[in-house]
Amino acid sequence: MSAPETFMEQKTALAAKAEVHNLDFYYGDFRALKSIEMTVYERQVTALIGPSGCGKSTFLRCFNRMHDLYPGNRYDGRILLQPDNSNLLAPQVDPIEVRMRIGMVFQKPNPFPKSIFENVAYGLRVRGEGSRRRIEEKVEQSLQDAALWDEVKDRLHQPAYNLSGGQQQRLCIARALATDPELLLFDEPTSALDPIATTSIEELIHDLKERVTILIVTHNMQQAARVSDFTAYMYLGELIEFGVTDELFIKPKKKRTEDYITGRFG
Amino acid sequence: MKPTDLQTHIAAAKRREALFAALGLVALMIGILTFATLFADMAWKGLGRLDVDFFTHFPSRRASHAGILSAWVGSTLVMLVTAFFAVPLGVAAGIYLEEYSRKNWITDLIEINITNLAGVPSIVYGLLALGLFVYQFGFGQSILSAGLTLALLILPVVIVATREAIRAIPQVIREGSYALGATRWQTVRYHILPYSSAGILTGVIIGMARAIGETAPIITIGALTFIAFLPPSPVKAEPPFFSVDWLFSPFTVMPIQMFNWTSRPEAAFQVNAAAAGFVLVLMTLAMNGLAIWLRYRLRKRIKW
Repeated sequence: MSAPETFMEQKTALAAKAEVHNLDFYYGDFRALKSIEMTVYERQVTALIGPSGCGKSTFLRCFNRMHDLYPGNRYDGRILLQPDNSNLLAPQVDPIEVRMRIGMVFQKPNPFPKSIFENVAYGLRVRGEGSRRRIEEKVEQSLQDAALWDEVKDRLHQPAYNLSGGQQQRLCIARALATDPELLLFDEPTSALDPIATTSIEELIHDLKERVTILIVTHNMQQAARVSDFTAYMYLGELIEFGVTDELFIKPKKKRTEDYITGRFG
Repeated sequence: MKPTDLQTHIAAAKRREALFAALGLVALMIGILTFATLFADMAWKGLGRLDVDFFTHFPSRRASHAGILSAWVGSTLVMLVTAFFAVPLGVAAGIYLEEYSRKNWITDLIEINITNLAGVPSIVYGLLALGLFVYQFGFGQSILSAGLTLALLILPVVIVATREAIRAIPQVIREGSYALGATRWQTVRYHILPYSSAGILTGVIIGMARAIGETAPIITIGALTFIAFLPPSPVKAEPPFFSVDWLFSPFTVMPIQMFNWTSRPEAAFQVNAAAAGFVLVLMTLAMNGLAIWLRYRLRKRIKW
């Protein structure tokens, strides 16, 4: 492993993909996120860690405006998506456009009860892609990128639920990749998987950062240490500490971060 | 060996359990046996009359010549009209309530009212239809009026079945679709409708099975009890090759034909009524059977 660069060195060398400014989020009257400031760097893996209920999933779901699906939710603050510097939380920005640029992989594999092929093709169909040939090419490419092609190439038209849990989760990743997202959100993607499937997903995440920026929520600190370049520690809706993963785990600046990562609570 | 206190207690609890099981069985049997007896009695009386002629003959003053041709054709056509109106309206309303509407006091009110509508006596629908479809809209005492009346009657059943089928779809499936940038309509079109079709279809068929036996609202709108002709054919030899004249034709349906025969003094007509009743029950059972089979077939294809 190469010597860890310092936070400041790495920060200046990298371009920002998304800048979070003074973000508050409310479920009705409950303030679930408090004045969050953070940067997601391009083609890096950023992990969000913290105890249950700390707001990490809530934070993640702000990036693709998932909260818009339910009444009574309110954002306050800005998430500026680069390079166009557009605030994706602005009311005049269509959440559908945001979700077309930012993909998501869920906690429990959620393939649609359709064929493997149709699962991956769905995002393209939603975008109005009519060419059968282009859809086929893209489906194959996405399944290869998700390291699933060799396992499913002979049964593309069989139901997706015949796949194992780990394969289903890789299918969900392929489904998200098919539409070339700029940013890919992972919400505890391995919490429903066995250790072997977990390893394959982690390797995949590591390979994917060559081409897509990744933001991942995990309850597993070892996972954050293994896969991420940057880590943010959250507690009770606040961002306590954000930094280069190696530094945050080896010498955290805040006492609360240290207590959490050394297992004193949480 | 003398049983311990604990053993006596368990034995007493088991006796109470056996007593309850027996009570439940009796309650179940009262329902099933009553129906079975009625059905068997009807079959025993009517089976002798069931031959091809019974299905291909019009009603007649002579019991041995009378058949149910106009009745089963009428029932079939009325059911077609009912399905044509009740299914799209009910499914669209159910989808709107589950996927589009905001949850507030207005939708709560609508929900309560839909449940109440399902319990409104069918004759009330008949009176409404008499005023609205027969006179106001001028559809007359026709197949169209009857089909619309029964469509209103089963609309709540279709809406409730649609909503229940939609609610069974896990939220993560919707989120998966929305996360890829789908609109509400795309989500409904590619996911909600296909995955809920089994439940919707079952609800529709059960509603239709109820509608086919309805008598009161059809009598109220003025179906005739003695029809010795068929409605005009929907297919024509000359362009445009189809016709909707049948919609405005007078008609009769199975339960009305039965009712007519049971009110005759001659015993031979009672036999005809039993035979027609047997056919009607078979139609209902067949529809319910179809619903069960379809649900089984379609559910096998879908797993979360």
